[in-house]
Amino acid sequence: MSEKILLQQGRLIDPKTNRDDIVDILVVNGTIESIKQSISPQNDYKVVNLKNKIVAPGFIDIHVHLREPGYEHKETIETGTRSAAYGGFTAVCCMPNTNPAIDDESLVTFVQMQAKRVNGGIVDVFPIASVSKGREGKTLAPIAELVGAGAVGLSDDGAPVFDAKVMRRALEYAKMYNVPVMQHCEIPELAHGGVMNEGKVSTELGLPGIPCVAEEIMIARDLILAAYTHSRYHVCHMSTAYSVELVRQGKEDGVQVTCEVTPHHFTVTDEIVRSYDTNTKMNPPLRTQEDIDAIKEGLKDGTIDVIATDHAPHSLDEKEVDYIQAPFGIVGLETAIGLTITELVDQNFLTLTQMIEKLSTNPRRIIGKEIEVKEGERANFTFFDPVLEWKVETAAFKSKSKNSPFNGRVLRGKAIGIFNNGTLLLY
Amino acid sequence: MGLKSRHLLGLQDIPKEDIQLILDTAVSFKEIINRPIKKVPTLQGKTIVNLFFENSTRTRTSFELAERRLSADVVSFATSTSSVTKGETLKDTARNIEAMKIDMVVLRHNAAGSAHFLSRIIDANIINAGDGQHEHPTQGLLDMYSLREKFGRLEGLHICIVGDILHSRVARSNIFGLQTMGAKVSVCGPATLLPRDVEKLGVDVYYHLDDVLPKVDALNVLRIQLEREAGGYFPTLREFHRFFGVTKERLDKIGKPIAILHPGPINRDVELSADVADGPNSLILEQVQNGVAIRMAILYLLGTQN
Repeated sequence: MSEKILLQQGRLIDPKTNRDDIVDILVVNGTIESIKQSISPQNDYKVVNLKNKIVAPGFIDIHVHLREPGYEHKETIETGTRSAAYGGFTAVCCMPNTNPAIDDESLVTFVQMQAKRVNGGIVDVFPIASVSKGREGKTLAPIAELVGAGAVGLSDDGAPVFDAKVMRRALEYAKMYNVPVMQHCEIPELAHGGVMNEGKVSTELGLPGIPCVAEEIMIARDLILAAYTHSRYHVCHMSTAYSVELVRQGKEDGVQVTCEVTPHHFTVTDEIVRSYDTNTKMNPPLRTQEDIDAIKEGLKDGTIDVIATDHAPHSLDEKEVDYIQAPFGIVGLETAIGLTITELVDQNFLTLTQMIEKLSTNPRRIIGKEIEVKEGERANFTFFDPVLEWKVETAAFKSKSKNSPFNGRVLRGKAIGIFNNGTLLLY
Repeated sequence: MGLKSRHLLGLQDIPKEDIQLILDTAVSFKEIINRPIKKVPTLQGKTIVNLFFENSTRTRTSFELAERRLSADVVSFATSTSSVTKGETLKDTARNIEAMKIDMVVLRHNAAGSAHFLSRIIDANIINAGDGQHEHPTQGLLDMYSLREKFGRLEGLHICIVGDILHSRVARSNIFGLQTMGAKVSVCGPATLLPRDVEKLGVDVYYHLDDVLPKVDALNVLRIQLEREAGGYFPTLREFHRFFGVTKERLDKIGKPIAILHPGPINRDVELSADVADGPNSLILEQVQNGVAIRMAILYLLGTQN
């Protein structure tokens, strides 16, 4: 008995195939059977009305902390992928700062097996493995084996690859397997001890600052190394105006560089730290309005390829301490679409097509997991309502952790469901 | 009219009328502490906890005196004797204290924002006795009180804060409070010890003490922590003293008296030479006395609000 699902009258936008039209899509046993202006429903069709909704190729968040193994009190692969599914993502890349760090092929395998086991395997998990053994930044992890086991990128995220020699070798070695080195850009000596952006607000609050130059100097160094080694380099969670400019220049110079920004870095400034709410503490820290303006321009002109959340769950107890002691990071999977539409699409920085590029087409290209919406392909969709207004309630998050500074905020735009690996999920 | 807030967390957001009220109230308490019988029954039946996660003999003693002279019941927690060393969080400590039905908490903590944090999770009135490098509002108030007593006004005065501005909660409370009261504030110190964008707080910045001295009515000389030398903020204490030390020789060149404040304890002959600390323009011991009066005023105003 085959399962036939008719996705009726949604607006299909697929930047990769240059589509933007209202169609009916028939999916049979998880595979796209046909895409037409109108398909008449049969008795055995399950019909889903998507009028005034967007159908997009499945969104992917390439910067997520699933915390398993090692920190299951914050998040597990099960709760993290559920959070992703309800945030509108059919895939995530998980960062390797687990305990132990994902620096061994058995761990890459474990993560993928676990992902298939939970939530009906509806969310694909593509692991990012560590650049260095134990994420210590000293010697290379077994990169060839890691990629062989399924790793789609390399990063010591949470910490930078600070040693220029190790970074050079990582770039060269990764090039052989065509995976990007994804850098957490920070000069440790400059950032050390800081808990928020260094500037007027940190000065008034008496909190130790992380200067913008800590990020920018690392990006500048790495761009030079990437150019020298002809390797692929990806800047994680870029946060400052000059970082955007550096990447823009790098691209003009032909460096193989890509980059991502998080929704919080284009939405809020360090002004909100005045509350001393530890849910405003993340690394890189919230910056200034000038930085937000530059990031929005960078998104608009294509300098910034990807929107990724840096979903970083922490338990209530861990966050309910003073600002300096609190860990860095906020959850982001369930607010990403709302923030992107509210801050970027509604404010005319991005069209819906560009938004989909940055949440699906571009990140999938970077990690080599591209999809197309066409007949014969597996159905991999994100469905969202671009005008639905809703209020963020962290208590309702599917994530195990609730550490978000956006509780109570009214957003426009929300995922309404996903379709992946033969499973339709409508919430 | 009483204070607008239930807490004293810092001077940044306190309106001018409230600062005025605290300073005016302190005048009568200063009169009381100079009587033979220094105690009044104002806070009888109120329980106050002095919660000190950092050592501070002076501030704690000053608060305890103020509390006892207002007849409050006083309990003091210090890090070495409390369970904080056993890994209990500030939140747990605070909740425990609250369960004991405490009316007011005086908090000293090494993390900026800890007083704000406490005010969000418990019901008692919170008085910030110093939170990390953020604020030390009672020190700022007693500095303003001492200046007002000396000059008869704050409006139009020019005060320069000298030394380690970066790590100083006293500096921040002085800047916020004095500016609210219409005084002009400058800062002077090595560039490595000035916080980023400090000029955006509306202060003038000086790197050379001799440039600012002729312009000011008073100096607030900060204590330089001796470990800043090891931290690499300046090459040697000797060099710091030579270029940023407030000495009689330097002051004599100006030809007019400049009032000297210092939050204590003084590193004699490092940031301040002994002859200036003990000299005729020094307000340092007045500050100590005024500190008790200011703290009595705040405890009184917050403790009798409703």
